[in-house]
Amino acid sequence: MKRLSDERAKILFEHLSKYIGTNVKHLIDRPDGTYCFREHKDRVYYVSERILKLSECFGYKQLVCVGTCFGKFSKTNKLKFHITALYYLAPYAQYKVWVKPSFEQQFLYGNHIPKTGLGRITENAGQYQGVVVYSMNDLPLGFGVLARSTTDCKTADPMTTVCFHQSDIGEYIRAEDTLF
Amino acid sequence: MDVVKEVLAKHQKELDKYKPITVEKHLECRLDVGSLLITDPNDFDDRELRDNKEEYLTALTRENTQLLVNAIWELPTERVDESIVAKLPEPTTVLPRLRKPPGPRPLTKWEKFAKEKGISKKKKDKKTYDETMDKWVPTYGFKRAEAEKAKDWVLEVPQNADPNTDMFQKKIDLRNEKVAKNEIQRMKNIVRAKKIDMPRSGYLGPEAASSSQLLTAVTVAKSSTASVGKFQNKLPKEKEARGLGIKELIPGGKRKQSHITQTPEKEANLDLIKSVLNKKPKLDVSKAVSMEKRDNRLAREAEAENEPGKKGGKKPKGKGSRKAVGKKSKGNRGQRAPGKKAQAGRKRR
Repeated sequence: MKRLSDERAKILFEHLSKYIGTNVKHLIDRPDGTYCFREHKDRVYYVSERILKLSECFGYKQLVCVGTCFGKFSKTNKLKFHITALYYLAPYAQYKVWVKPSFEQQFLYGNHIPKTGLGRITENAGQYQGVVVYSMNDLPLGFGVLARSTTDCKTADPMTTVCFHQSDIGEYIRAEDTLF
Repeated sequence: MDVVKEVLAKHQKELDKYKPITVEKHLECRLDVGSLLITDPNDFDDRELRDNKEEYLTALTRENTQLLVNAIWELPTERVDESIVAKLPEPTTVLPRLRKPPGPRPLTKWEKFAKEKGISKKKKDKKTYDETMDKWVPTYGFKRAEAEKAKDWVLEVPQNADPNTDMFQKKIDLRNEKVAKNEIQRMKNIVRAKKIDMPRSGYLGPEAASSSQLLTAVTVAKSSTASVGKFQNKLPKEKEARGLGIKELIPGGKRKQSHITQTPEKEANLDLIKSVLNKKPKLDVSKAVSMEKRDNRLAREAEAENEPGKKGGKKPKGKGSRKAVGKKSKGNRGQRAPGKKAQAGRKRR
């Protein structure tokens, strides 16, 4: 476990602010203890300092993971969030998309959301805005990126993709081995 | 009787010439017929060795050799071209070697990769059929170049290239480059096989260096201050060099950071977040338009609610604004104003 370099920390916070905006502060500035981001084998983990101290007695090779895996840095230094980050992203999400019950399963199999599958959408979301995807009864299902802004959605054809799929809770089964 | 004696004496004389083939030994000798080796474990006779050393040693050697020859004669023999031949068994004595036996040839980088990926070499045919020339052409070796020359007697100049380029020269250059590259790779393979530490090439200059090499050079140069580059300013989109073996080049880069720092990480992170969030947002025209539209709509709706007299309240009071768009024709209801003087200038019909 090592500290994120300045470059990578910046990438991480920029990426986080795409989804939760100014709420990024709340991930660091918590009342219930100090939490920090750590890097281990190119993956970013969100750990409380108390657990981090305990993990110090294990070597690099023995350690599989500590805390919650937020995502992984690619070789070209791009960050991709894993579905495990949803637990922290969903409560702070500023832009949301709700999918119809009929499209829920489709989304959980990794499909993009077309306009027909869209139940509700937050006002004012621009194009390529990171969003958290909910079911109609407010259960977070995953996250994605808007393919069209909210206003464009209204005029779009029913089959056009409105939200690009990025990650969904189906990955807990589909990508079990690479997730943590 | 004399004759008999004479014959016997002669025979004895002849026998004396040859020594007996049976040898008496106190301890049995170890024989390894395969490597034609005999080892005598018996002690030397001290007195004999002191008195007539040469004779004794010669006799001893003869006896031992006799034993070896006896053993050879026990092997099955056969006659090949008037000479008797015996086939020696496998040698049993292990002979020590001066140098260590050579191992298998170290694999080249490609061979190693191919082995990992399970790529096997496909053998090319010596000759392939060329459809344009309508005959069999050697793929490599003797007369290949001649065949190629006959085939590519004319070369196309691509549309985006300068029309005056010599495509033949270009082809030759390309080939020479390939040969040179192959030679370098061969050298690298040798270096790799011998496990020699090659010095790094360093900064190759602006023409030759690749972008990653330039980036490394910049990173190294920046961190080569007394404070290992801590107070060096960064360009807005500057990247840091990454990759295998680059950390070793950067002064101070090897130093391992502690998991938990003395300076509170929380504050540092919050500062970083602040700088990320305070970034001047890009002007997103479409977003601005959509926000403006939404504000207008909200304003209109609020206005409509305030005026309960109108039905539905949806009709916009847009008469004033419409005027700006263009004059509507009067539709035969306009006033002619005959008293008014006509416009000065050219008469319009």
